[in-house]
Amino acid sequence: MSKRNMQLEKTAMPEQDAKKRARNFSEVALGYTEEMAQNEALRCLQCKHKPCVAGCPVNVQIPEFIALTAQGEYIEGYNKIRETNGLPAICGRVCPQEGQCEKYCVRAIKGEPVAIGRLERFCADYAIKHGSKPQQCEKPTGKKAAVIGSGPAGLTCAADLAKMGVDVTVFEAFHTAGGVLVYGIPEFRLPKALVQKEIDALKEMGVKIQTNMVMGKVLTIDDLKDMGYKAIFIGTGAGLPKFMNLPGENLNGVYSANEFLTRINLMKGYRFPEFDTPVIRHKKAAVVGGGNVAMDAARCAKRLGADDVYIVYRRSETEMPARAEEIEHAKKEGIVFQFLVNPTEILGTKDGYVRGMTLQKMKLGEPDSSGRRRPLPVEGSEYQIELDAVVIAIGQSPNPLMREATPGLKTQSWGGIIINEETGETSIEGVYAGGDAVSGAATVILAMGAGKIAAKSMYEYLMK
Amino acid sequence: MYKILEKRVLNDQVKLMVIKAPLVAKKAQPGQFIILRINELGERIPLTIADYDAAAGTITIIFQEVGKTTIQLGTLNEGDALLDFVGPLGKASHFDESVKKAAVIGGGLGTAIAYPQAKKLHSLGVDVTSVIGFRNKDLILLEDEVGAVSDKLVVMTDDGSNGNKGFVTDALKAEIEAGEKFDIVIAIGPLIMMKFVSMLTKQYGIKTIISMNPIMIDGTGMCGGCRVTVGGKTKFACIDGPDFDGHEVDFDEAMRRQGMYKKQEEASCNLFSGVDK
Repeated sequence: MSKRNMQLEKTAMPEQDAKKRARNFSEVALGYTEEMAQNEALRCLQCKHKPCVAGCPVNVQIPEFIALTAQGEYIEGYNKIRETNGLPAICGRVCPQEGQCEKYCVRAIKGEPVAIGRLERFCADYAIKHGSKPQQCEKPTGKKAAVIGSGPAGLTCAADLAKMGVDVTVFEAFHTAGGVLVYGIPEFRLPKALVQKEIDALKEMGVKIQTNMVMGKVLTIDDLKDMGYKAIFIGTGAGLPKFMNLPGENLNGVYSANEFLTRINLMKGYRFPEFDTPVIRHKKAAVVGGGNVAMDAARCAKRLGADDVYIVYRRSETEMPARAEEIEHAKKEGIVFQFLVNPTEILGTKDGYVRGMTLQKMKLGEPDSSGRRRPLPVEGSEYQIELDAVVIAIGQSPNPLMREATPGLKTQSWGGIIINEETGETSIEGVYAGGDAVSGAATVILAMGAGKIAAKSMYEYLMK
Repeated sequence: MYKILEKRVLNDQVKLMVIKAPLVAKKAQPGQFIILRINELGERIPLTIADYDAAAGTITIIFQEVGKTTIQLGTLNEGDALLDFVGPLGKASHFDESVKKAAVIGGGLGTAIAYPQAKKLHSLGVDVTSVIGFRNKDLILLEDEVGAVSDKLVVMTDDGSNGNKGFVTDALKAEIEAGEKFDIVIAIGPLIMMKFVSMLTKQYGIKTIISMNPIMIDGTGMCGGCRVTVGGKTKFACIDGPDFDGHEVDFDEAMRRQGMYKKQEEASCNLFSGVDK
């Protein structure tokens, strides 16, 4: 092996120029070359105690895959990741590594951590480009399981069950599998062709996917049991957008982030009229909220041709939940951040279209239940801005369809399915749940971790 | 793929299709809807279920050719197939057992959706008066079908070309004024019609149920594009409806929202018609 690389900073990853990319939907981050990947892989100290692995919700064998990468064994590296993570190309792009594996990297004590995410992405992209063998599955157990929802939780659960020899069928409500990976996260952060490749890899493992199946409506849990699915996983995500109950919120030009992003990402509205789903190309848009979804919506609005796009957030930049990298990318693309302001009204023209918004200044008070300082309104500080679109990106609640259709499924007052955290079991025997349907909106990787936990319990239950 | 088993032209603009969709047919109830997508480039459009046959595994849809997708749908034939067909979505209509006498109002294409409601009420032994209205006599739909499940049927035309000039509200008002005591009015049709029916019945204090068909994408509560103000609160037509209390719906807002993509819809339609020529 070559000599260890003691450079303090991560090997930079090339990106599309900010001005140019702010007007197209192609991927922003371009990925490492082999040379860059090797250079970065050699920064890993190969610690025996592997603190990084403990920071990974799906326990990717990080030092091992990085060692393989350093040796130029990229496909082997990819297979190493795949032992515990069914979606490496996706995680390498959208995981908040700075709060997980990379947070515990010994190299971060002095300098930047090893760019674990970028290396994961490199291995996955290399393997997809050059082809790799499908995952080995145990011999069929003859047991059947159903997975409801094909987002990160469901796909991970399905992959793990298939690996253990279970006959798995995934039921998806939309016409395309992938859940939030296809309707929510934009093309420029996660190319859809790549999500399709990852899903194809699951199909090669024998996972069956049925689209256009709105579970709870077309089939219930009892129907599935009658059909011979002994264990069932509910991974239906956080699909119910929250609104603010502001005056003017139903004006034309006000969207939930879900609607705005789904039109663009899943339905390819940015290619209207080639694709039939229309989008309006707004000129001045405000996105309310400070998470990754808000960043995605703002950057989409810019790419649709808006001159001015604002992020309106009621706390300060320090409290913003979005990943630092996403905030940085958004800023470089010209998104204007307005911190410590909260909308009080959306203003409309007389024919019902958005013309502006009233904002009230906020100041930070004592920390609240989230540990972040609570924003308090400053009386008499209201001002107005001119707009023709508002996107509300203040979070989503769990989708209600399954719980309404499933008597006996216990849920929290806010809709989250109640489970045993250790096993993923719900209040109904043989029925498991995980991901945003349980936690409310969180991250891809946490949902994947939950899918893994459930898969293990489901296997044990099936084999009892 | 979901095969088109039967296609019928009901008038110049309205077509009926029977689609093979066994799982949807097995669960479908009056008042529910489906979402379809013709092909990979297509948009998802919601259509109310006009009829269903669980044994045959079929769903009947009736649509008016008003935009690109419905015009394109109309060009498909028996034996062709739709790429996506999802349902049954929305809450089924709920019929109160105390209802003894109902008025079912259908406006234009809405008649196709009012029909299964009349049929269901009729089968429950309810006395059904149906009032259906059209712009002219050439556009009259399902007159015989609705008649067969109604104790009384009134057909109105805006221009009087069928000899019965006026709006459905005129006929409904005449019925009420003549002393008919309706426990419930079910009105399905253009927003403007449902608005005026609701205004009329409010004066007489007759409970009125309308069916919304707003712009939507997923039909599962995910996008919120279908939101409608009911009794001052925001509801999602896809999961809270599509049926709502007509006296509580903000129809003016709904009409405004319905027109949100007018420009884009026209452009898409023109492009399609141009290519087609």
